[in-house]
Amino acid sequence: MAYGAAAAHDEHEHHPTGWKRWVYSTNHKDIGTMYIVLSMIAALVGGLMSWYIRLELADPGLQFIHDTQFYNVLVTAHGFIMVFFVVMPAMIGGFGNWFVPLMIGAPDMAFPRMNNISFWLTAAGFVLLILSALVGDGPGTGWTVYPPLSSIAYHPGPSVDFGILALHVAGAGSILGAINFIVTIFNMRAPGMTMHRMPLFVWSILVTAFLLLLALPVLAGALTMLLTDRNFGTHFYEVAGGGDPLLWQHLFWFFGHPEVYIIILPAFGIISQIVSTFSKKPIFGYLGMAYAMMAIGVVGFVVWAHHMFTTGIGVNTRAYFTVATLIIAVPTGIKIFSWLATMWGGSIDFKAPMLYAMGFIWLFVLGGVTGVVLANAGIDLSFHDTYYVVAHFHYVMAIAAIFAMFGAWYYWIGKMSGRQYPEGLAKLQFWVFFVGVNVLFFPQHFLGLAGMPRRIPDYPDVYAGWNMVSSIGAAITMVGTLMFFYVVFHTLMAGKKAAANPWGAGATTLEWTVPSPAPFHTHEEMPVIGGGGHAHGGHGQVKPAE
Amino acid sequence: MSIRDMIRRLQLSMPIVCAALIGFAGTAAAEGALGEARPWQMYYQDAFSPVMKEIHEFHALLLVIITGIVLLVLGILAYIIVRFNSRRNPVPSKTAHNTLLEVAWTIVPVIILVVIAIPSLKLLYNSGRTPAYDMTLKVTGHQWYWSYNYPDHGDITFDSIPIPEADLKPGQPRLLSVDNPVVVPVGATVQVLVNSDDVIHNWAVPSLGLKKDATPGRLNETWFRADVPGVFYGMCSELCGVNHYFMPIEVHALSKTDFDAWVTKAKEQFASNSRSPVNMATSGAIAAR
Repeated sequence: MAYGAAAAHDEHEHHPTGWKRWVYSTNHKDIGTMYIVLSMIAALVGGLMSWYIRLELADPGLQFIHDTQFYNVLVTAHGFIMVFFVVMPAMIGGFGNWFVPLMIGAPDMAFPRMNNISFWLTAAGFVLLILSALVGDGPGTGWTVYPPLSSIAYHPGPSVDFGILALHVAGAGSILGAINFIVTIFNMRAPGMTMHRMPLFVWSILVTAFLLLLALPVLAGALTMLLTDRNFGTHFYEVAGGGDPLLWQHLFWFFGHPEVYIIILPAFGIISQIVSTFSKKPIFGYLGMAYAMMAIGVVGFVVWAHHMFTTGIGVNTRAYFTVATLIIAVPTGIKIFSWLATMWGGSIDFKAPMLYAMGFIWLFVLGGVTGVVLANAGIDLSFHDTYYVVAHFHYVMAIAAIFAMFGAWYYWIGKMSGRQYPEGLAKLQFWVFFVGVNVLFFPQHFLGLAGMPRRIPDYPDVYAGWNMVSSIGAAITMVGTLMFFYVVFHTLMAGKKAAANPWGAGATTLEWTVPSPAPFHTHEEMPVIGGGGHAHGGHGQVKPAE
Repeated sequence: MSIRDMIRRLQLSMPIVCAALIGFAGTAAAEGALGEARPWQMYYQDAFSPVMKEIHEFHALLLVIITGIVLLVLGILAYIIVRFNSRRNPVPSKTAHNTLLEVAWTIVPVIILVVIAIPSLKLLYNSGRTPAYDMTLKVTGHQWYWSYNYPDHGDITFDSIPIPEADLKPGQPRLLSVDNPVVVPVGATVQVLVNSDDVIHNWAVPSLGLKKDATPGRLNETWFRADVPGVFYGMCSELCGVNHYFMPIEVHALSKTDFDAWVTKAKEQFASNSRSPVNMATSGAIAAR
C-alpha cells in the first residue's frame, strides 16, 4: 500500500513483504491499518443491515421481511457489529494503534506481538459473529441477549453459542489491547512527555483502556455462565433451578454502561485534537478535560441499573441510580463548554475534519440532553424500550462516534497514506451525511414520545408518517456513506501528496513532525518534549529548538 | 408564552376522539377517552392516570431546560462560525484558561440538576410506591399474548389474544386490538402484579403511565388509576421473540355500574378458566422445564 514510497527512502525498513507483512505484523501502523480496514468492512455489513431494517419500517405491514425472527437477527447483529467490530476496532485498534505511539514519541507499542494477536482475535470474533447469523435461526435476542429468551429453551440451535464465542474472542482481543495501551502510555513516553503534557487523544485512550480492562472480564464471566446454562445444565439465570434472569441484566449492564463510554471517550480525544488544530489554539482547560474523562470513566461504573428501571428493582435503588446518572452530565458539560471555549477566539479553518467535529458537538449535545431526560427513573417508564431511547443512543453514542471516526479519517489520512483527501468532495460528503442522520434520527424522538416500542418489524398505522421520514433519512445517510467510500477510493488512488504537516500552526502534536506517510519505523531516536507544558497550553509540543 | 403553555394548547387542540368501541362480547359498547397515538403525533399521548399526568408536567419542565441548553450551544456555535473564522479573525487568541469560567460551567449544571432531581424523585416515589388500592389485577405474559386474573372478583381468569389483521372489525386498530380486553372500573386504584410464563415481557400502556417488566420468577408490582372511561392501548415493551411486535395490551375503563355488569358476565363466561393465582406464578417456570 502507501508504504511503498516510504520504503524507498528508509533503508532500515526490513519487514516481511506480501501476506506475511500483514498476517505476521508486529508494527503498530500496519496493525492499525488492518483494524481500520476491518472496521470499514464491518461498517458496510452492519450498515446494510440497518438500511434493510429502515426499508422494512418505511411503511406499516411486513413488506420485505416476512420472517420476523430474521428481523430480530438483523437488529441483534446490527448492534453487535457496530459496537464491537466498527467503532471499537476503528477508534481504539485503528487510530489508537496508529497515533498513540506517534503522539507520545514511542517507536511502537509495548508488546508488538500481543498487538498482533489482539487484532486477529478481533477479526476471528467478527467471523464467528457473522457465522452466528448464518447457522440455525440466528440470534434474535437483541444485543442485550437477555435470558430466558437467549436460553436453550427459547433459542435452541448453535446461533447464540456462536454469538457468545464471538464476544468472548473479541473481548479477549480487546483486553489484551487494553493492557498494551496502558503499559505503552505509562512506560514509553518520550523524555519530557509528562502525563500532564500528553495530547488528549492519548488521555482518552488511556481511560478507555482502563474501562475495557475492568468491564470486559465481567461480560466474559456473564457470557460463560450463559454458555454453561445453555450447554451444561447450570442454572445461573434459570428460575426453575434457583437462578435469576436479573443477574444477567446486572452483569451485562455493569459491562454495558462502561461500554458506551469505551465507544465515546476516544471520540472525545479525537474531537479535542481536531478542534485545537483548526482553531489554532491550545485546548481550553486541558487539565479539566483530562480529569473530566477520568470522572466519566469512574462514575460510568456506578450507574448501570439506569438501563433496568422497569425491571422491578426497588424504588430507593432507582432513586440512587437516577441521581448517580444525572451527575455524569457535569463532566460531559465541562467537555462541551471547553470545546466551545477552545474555538472561542480561534482563527478557525472549516476543513472537513472541523466540520465533523462541530457536527459531533451538535449530535452529542442533542443526544446528551435526552440522556438527562432518560436518567430520571420516574419519567423513564414512559420512554423505556421506545424509539426515544433509539434516537437518544444513536445521537449521543452511535452517530456521534461515526462523526468522530469520519473526522479522524480526514484529519489523519494524509499522515497514514501520504495522500490528502479532496476537500470539496469531503465537505459535500459531510453535509449529505449530516442532513441524512438528522432526518433519520430526529423524528424517532416523536415516535418514542408517542409510544412506539423499539425492536419491532411492524407497527400500528398511526406511526407511519414519521417512520417514512426516518427511512428517507436513512436513504440520504446511505448516499453519504457511499460518497465516503468514494472519497476513500479517490484519496488512495489520486489524492494529492500530503505534507508532513498539512494543517499548519495549529497542529502541534508529535505525529506532524514525522514525514507523510509516516515511515515504517518512527521515533527511533527519542524526541525531546518541551514548550512549557500544559501551564502555557503547549502540551505535547516539540521543543521549538529542534 | 412558555413552552409549557404551548404544550397545553397543543393538547387542547387535539380532539379527544370518542371511539365507538368493542365492548365486552359485543354487548356493552364503551364510549370515552382514547389512549392511542394519532398520525404524525410528535408528543406524548394524552394522560389519563395520575402518574401519566405527573409525567407530562415533569417532562414539560425538562423540555424547557433541554431546549434551552441545545439553543445555547447552537447559538454559541453559530457565533463562533461567524465571528471566529480565519478570514474574520486571522490571529487566534492564546487564552487557554479562565478559572472563573471553568468553575461556573461546573456549578451551574449542578444547580440545574438539583432543579431536575427534586420533581424527578417526587415523581419516582409517587409512581413507584403503590398507594392504598381498591383491587388487584394479575397480569401474566406468554409468548405471545397476555392473560389476566382478578383475585378480588371471584378469580376471573382469561387470555387476551391479539386479533389478526384479517379478523379486525371496523374501528379496531391493527396490532393493538385483542379479543378479551382487560377491564377496570374508572377511578379505582388498581394494584397490578406482573409476572411471566416464559421469557421476559413488559406490560406497558403509555396513556396510563404503565410499564413494568414481566419476568419469570418475579412478581413485579405497579399501579394505576384510570381517571376517565375509555380505551387505552399498549404494546409489549421487551423483546420476547418472533411475535414481540404483535402482543398488544387493551385496557377498558368502565363506570362502576358497567364494571359490575362485566364482572357478573365474565364470571360466567370464563368460569372454566379459574385457577389459583399462586399456581400461575410458579406454573410457568415448571412448564418451561
